[in-house]
Amino acid sequence: MGAKNRISLGVLVGGLVLLPLFMRNPYYIGVMVFIGLYSLITIGLSLLMGYAGQISLGHAAFFATGAYTSGILTTKAGFAPVPAFFTAILLTACVAFLIGIPTLRLKGHYLAMATLGFGQIVYIILNASVEFTGGPSGFGEIPRIQLGSILIESQISRYCLVWSLVILVLIFSLNLINSRVGRALRSIHGSELAANAMGVNTSKHKIQVFVLSAIYASMAGSLYAHFVTFISPSSFDLKFSILVVTMVVVGGMSSVWGALVGTFLLGLLPELLRNFRDYDILVYGFVLLLIMVFTPEGLIGLIDRLKGAQEKRSLKAQAKLS
Amino acid sequence: MGGSGILQLIFSGITIGSIYGLVAVGFDIIYNCTGIINFAQGEFVMLGGMIMISLVGAADLPMWISFPIAVFAVTLIGALFERLCIHPLKKPSILTLIIITIAASILFKGGAMFAWGKQTFSLPHFSSERPISIFGATILPQTVWILGFIAVVVLLLAFFFKATMVGKAMRACAANRSAASLVGVNVKEIVLLSFALSAAIGAVAGIIIAPIALMDYERGMILGLKGFSAAVLGGLGNPVGAVVAGFLIGIVEALCAGLLSSHYKDAVALIVLLAVLFIRPSGLFGSLEASRLKKF
Repeated sequence: MGAKNRISLGVLVGGLVLLPLFMRNPYYIGVMVFIGLYSLITIGLSLLMGYAGQISLGHAAFFATGAYTSGILTTKAGFAPVPAFFTAILLTACVAFLIGIPTLRLKGHYLAMATLGFGQIVYIILNASVEFTGGPSGFGEIPRIQLGSILIESQISRYCLVWSLVILVLIFSLNLINSRVGRALRSIHGSELAANAMGVNTSKHKIQVFVLSAIYASMAGSLYAHFVTFISPSSFDLKFSILVVTMVVVGGMSSVWGALVGTFLLGLLPELLRNFRDYDILVYGFVLLLIMVFTPEGLIGLIDRLKGAQEKRSLKAQAKLS
Repeated sequence: MGGSGILQLIFSGITIGSIYGLVAVGFDIIYNCTGIINFAQGEFVMLGGMIMISLVGAADLPMWISFPIAVFAVTLIGALFERLCIHPLKKPSILTLIIITIAASILFKGGAMFAWGKQTFSLPHFSSERPISIFGATILPQTVWILGFIAVVVLLLAFFFKATMVGKAMRACAANRSAASLVGVNVKEIVLLSFALSAAIGAVAGIIIAPIALMDYERGMILGLKGFSAAVLGGLGNPVGAVVAGFLIGIVEALCAGLLSSHYKDAVALIVLLAVLFIRPSGLFGSLEASRLKKF
C-alpha cells in the first residue's frame, strides 16, 4: 500500500474516531454520514475515472439500483436488511456487467453520453413503473438495519457503520491500485493501444473496475435506503450523477485521496451555502468551471504543482549559492 | 386508432422532431470545428426561449423585434462561453472538455433559475391559434411557422457553408485543422464562430418551440439529450443527417406516446441513442470509415 498511503489512512481513521468526541451536534454527525455515503461512490468513480480513464455520467443508476433493491426486498419480499444489501450488490453487479460490455467499447464523448443515457433511462423507469417503485412519489417504511442486538437508528451508529464501510472500501481500493490490476488500469489511462500491445486485457479490466465502482454505489444506495427509510426517484437524477463526478474532479482524479478531499469539500459546501438556498447550483457550476479551466488536475494536483514549484525555487536558490 | 389519429401523431412528431434536428445541427457545427460535444447545447435552446418570452411578455416588445434581440443575446453568451472557458485551455483532455461544458450547462441553468425563477412560461403563438385541418388531422399554424423557420435556417446554413469564404474556412477546419491553419485559416476565430453559430441556432430552436411547448429553466437538458440522440443517429458531424434523424426520432417518440405509453415517451430517444452507439456508432448517414478517423 505504500508508506504515504498508510500515514494518510492513519490520519483519516484517527480524525474519524476523534470527530464525534468533539462534535456533539447530531446534525453535523448527520452531514458526515452523507459525506460517507458519497465517499463510497466517489472512491469507486475515482478508480474508474482517474485510474482507468473512463467516465460515467450514470452512477446515480447504480446508487438507485442498490437503494430500490434493498427497499423493495425489505418492504415487499420480507427480506432482512443485511441479505437485501448483498442481493442488491449482486443485482447491481449484473446490471453493470451487462451495460458495461457494450458501453465500455465506446470512448470519450460517446462513453459519456451513453452512460448519461443509461442513467436517464433508469430514472424514467423508476418514475414510470409505479407498481414496483411507487412512481414519482416513491415509497417509505423501509426498515432500519439490525446488526446483532444493535439497531442502526441514531446518527452516531450510522456514522460508525458507514465510515467503517468507507475505510474497508478504501483499504481494498488502495491495495487494488498497487497491484497488478492497478498498474494495468493506469496503463489503460496512459494509452489503451499501448496497454493492449503489452498484453493487458484492457476490455476485461475496464469492465472489472466499472462493475466494482457500481458495487460501491450499490452499497451506498442500500445504506441510504435504510437510513432515510424513504426513497423517491428525485434522489437519483442526473444531478446526482454529475455531483459525484464533480466531487472526484474537484478533489483531483489522480488519486483516491483526491476523491475524498473533493467529497468532503462539496459535501460541506451546501452547509456553508445555506443562505443561498436554491442558488447553490449556481455556485457548484461556478466552482467546477473555475477548477477545470485553471487546474484541470484538481485540488490535489494544485497542491502537488505548488510543491513542485517550491522545490524548483529552492533548487535554483541552492544553485545560485554554490 | 384510425388513420387520421396516426397522421395526427405523425404531425406532432414532425413538429417536435424538427426542433431535435435543429439542436442536433448545433451539436454538429461545434463538433466539426473543434471535436467537442457541447453538453450545454440544450441550455442555448432554453435561454433563447426564455429571453424571447421576457422580451415579449415583460418588455412588451413586438415579436419581430424580440426575435433578433433574443438570438443575438444567446449568440453573445455562446461566444463569451468559448472565450472564457474553452479558449484559455492548453491541450485539454476530452474528460476536461466534457466536464467544462457540463459545468457551463449547470451555470446557465442556475443563472436561468436566478433570473426567471422556477415557474414555467409560455410564449404567444406567432400568428392565429386556429388549427388547420389536413386529411382529417389538424396542425397548428405554429407548426407551419416552425417548419418554415427550419427550412430557412437549413438553406441559410447550406448557403453559408457552400458559398461564403468564412463557411468554407469552417469546413476546412472540420476536414483538417492543421491543414486549414497552413493555408491561412485563423482556427481560433473559427472555433469562436462555431460556438456563436450553434448558440444562435439553439436560440432559434428555443424561440420557435416556445409557443407550443412550455419553457422553464430545466427544459434545456432533455432537449439537449434528444438533440444529441438525433445528431448521433444522423452520424455525428453530418448536419443533413441530423435534421432527418431529428424528424425520425420525433415521429417515433410521438407514435410511442400515442400508441404505447406516454410514461416512456422520453426514453425513446435515449434507447435509440444507446442502440445506435452500440450497434452502429457512425449513425445512419455517416460513413464507417470516416468515423474511424475521428477521435472520440
